[in-house]
Amino acid sequence: MKVISKKILSSTKDSKVTLLEVLSPEISQKALPGQFVVLMVAKEGERIPLTVVSSDKQKGSITIIFQEIGLTTRLLGRLNTGDYLYSIVGPLGHATEVKNYGKVILVGGGVGIAEIYPVARALKEAGNQITSILGARNKGLLILEEELKGVSDECLIVTDDGSSGRKGFTTDILGELLKKDKYALVYAVGPIPMMQKVAQVTADFSVKTTVSLNALMVDATGMCGCCRVSVGGQTKFSCVDGPEFEANLVDWNELIKRNRIYSEQEKHICQLRLK
Amino acid sequence: MKKSPVKIKELEASERIKGFEEVVLGYNEEEAALEASRCLQCKNPTCIEGCPVGIDIKTFIYQITQKDYRGAYLTIRQKNNFPSLCGRVCPAEYQCRRACVLTKKGSPYASEQAINIHFLERFIGDYGIKEGIEVGSQDEARFSKMKIAVVGSGPAGLCCAGELARKGVKVVIFEGLHQSGGVLRYGIPPLRLPRDILDVEINYLEKLGVKIIPNFIIGKTKTLDDLLKDGYRAVFLGLGAGIPSFLKVPGENLCNIYSANEFLTRVNLMQAYKFPRFHTPVSIGKHIIIIGGGNTAMDSARVALRLQKMNGIQPDTTIVYRRTEIEMPARRLEIEHAKEEGIKFKFLVKPLEFIGDESGFVSKMRLLECELAEPDESGRRRPVDIPGSDFAISCDMAVIAVGLQANQILTKVTPQLKTDKYGDVVVDPDTMETSIKGVFAGGDIVGGEGTVIEAMGMSKKAACAMLDYVVRQ
Repeated sequence: MKVISKKILSSTKDSKVTLLEVLSPEISQKALPGQFVVLMVAKEGERIPLTVVSSDKQKGSITIIFQEIGLTTRLLGRLNTGDYLYSIVGPLGHATEVKNYGKVILVGGGVGIAEIYPVARALKEAGNQITSILGARNKGLLILEEELKGVSDECLIVTDDGSSGRKGFTTDILGELLKKDKYALVYAVGPIPMMQKVAQVTADFSVKTTVSLNALMVDATGMCGCCRVSVGGQTKFSCVDGPEFEANLVDWNELIKRNRIYSEQEKHICQLRLK
Repeated sequence: MKKSPVKIKELEASERIKGFEEVVLGYNEEEAALEASRCLQCKNPTCIEGCPVGIDIKTFIYQITQKDYRGAYLTIRQKNNFPSLCGRVCPAEYQCRRACVLTKKGSPYASEQAINIHFLERFIGDYGIKEGIEVGSQDEARFSKMKIAVVGSGPAGLCCAGELARKGVKVVIFEGLHQSGGVLRYGIPPLRLPRDILDVEINYLEKLGVKIIPNFIIGKTKTLDDLLKDGYRAVFLGLGAGIPSFLKVPGENLCNIYSANEFLTRVNLMQAYKFPRFHTPVSIGKHIIIIGGGNTAMDSARVALRLQKMNGIQPDTTIVYRRTEIEMPARRLEIEHAKEEGIKFKFLVKPLEFIGDESGFVSKMRLLECELAEPDESGRRRPVDIPGSDFAISCDMAVIAVGLQANQILTKVTPQLKTDKYGDVVVDPDTMETSIKGVFAGGDIVGGEGTVIEAMGMSKKAACAMLDYVVRQ
């Protein structure tokens, strides 16, 4: 649970994305692409889920990448090399089904780029032809560009303001690619509105579309149902049934609302604790 | 003249709802002696048969009458490692007290006249803690080099670990959460089981040499196979009934509708009632509805009402249940406590749907009236719908406490572990051994939701069989 390295991946006045490498020998042996851990920064802290971006079996470490949004991620961002987490458990959730699909598009938005990276790497190793679309609000917020380029046959960059790559949204490029060619799989992680848009775009092309959801969780082992989402009209638990689901079946509006349950409390505690 | 039962002292309802202090205060020496003196010391004590772990109730009560509290403590500890815990959470009115000869024949639960065995057990347990009475282990050389793994640190796992450690086995408990105790920590609120008592009972295991490893999920962090390869001679699975059942009615995923597990975990384990000092939030409604009739429903309601009170909200918490009070599976004492605290009860109604506002938060609930028909397979009278009787009530937060199913984290990834149609682990009832050699199970993962003491009964049986097994190997 010791932090053995730290790297600020992007930092602007209203956003900061940080990478931490944490010692966790057992988790590092088992973690597969698509899986996540749940950690607590302090004894009085919250349990939050974070994707395992990479693991190093020799070193016995795993890497997590997070954007500072709420109190817990900001406290996490204050940790330095040599500090300890209060707890970490995993790997949780189903791993991505890694096989040779053929031509695959991976879409990563914002810190979601960190989550598509391990999947891209695994799918590349399995012989797929990888096209990655990386999107961010601006150049400063773009992360892991080199890493993704290294595991992609084609890596396309898009920013809201055009400060890097094309100006526009990931889904603009996605639509164009799907019009031009046939793909076996689209895999997308990012802000909910982006994933929702991805689902709308791919629906017209009947291509298998997988998203990894970021529902709120407590225990993350199926015990509480905090992370329940409606998928194809059925209630699923993101933690044990997911976190990946068929994008076109997800009830996005419900997920958006459920992820806002505690937004007032979050604002309150951030104001109070981060002065 | 028959002596009347000695009433237990409790915190005043108006006071206790201001926080999470323990409600039942327990007997003092004088009260315990008086209550113990009511015991008839039956020649054939039926109460002992009513105890899932077979505590020698007659003897320990006699020892109380002789002021031999130390002796009484040792008597209980022969069969039960956790008297302070069981004295608080055992549903005695369905077990030993119901079996007491002073209970009227055929009564569904103990009569008031029945000896307050659980309060006496608690008195003795707390005496043992206060006096620091050590119960030595009976280390046996033949077990000293053996290592056994216990999966889960709830009632079943703790009990099994204690039984094994007392024989000198090296026991390692793997717990998935960041703290030990399982349902005793995340489910049962401190108002029924103070955390210092729980900690003392768990510390006792650590004194016996049991190692508890938190944040370790067997089935995820390591597999069952890994454990056996790591040199554990046998494994006990106390996985629990971890998956909450929902009602499967429309609107159930609206915001502020919780499973009891989530609600209680947020408050008990994550200490959301201390927000923002503790960082996990919990919603607190103005009109809170709890669905269910078991102990978990009572706990949820009493916790919810306290949160209202502590946050300056006029308490308004209602339990809705589709049968009537008599069929409620909750402990009678807890039902009484809930009533005293101002929890409202609505019987013979069943949830039809939840209705939300534009932001996705629940605002109303529709219910249907029911009436009772002939008994069903549970022996309780079956509720049937009264068509056209539906109505709506205000509800800005709901807690669903209608039961739990087997935790499937481990069983799903271990196909050789045989389960039944409910996902519960199938065991040999004599040894509690599963379909995998050397792997045993007990508690709620076997046969579904039960009580703490039933889990302990199974674990004791398993522990005996496990000792037998490791010696034979």
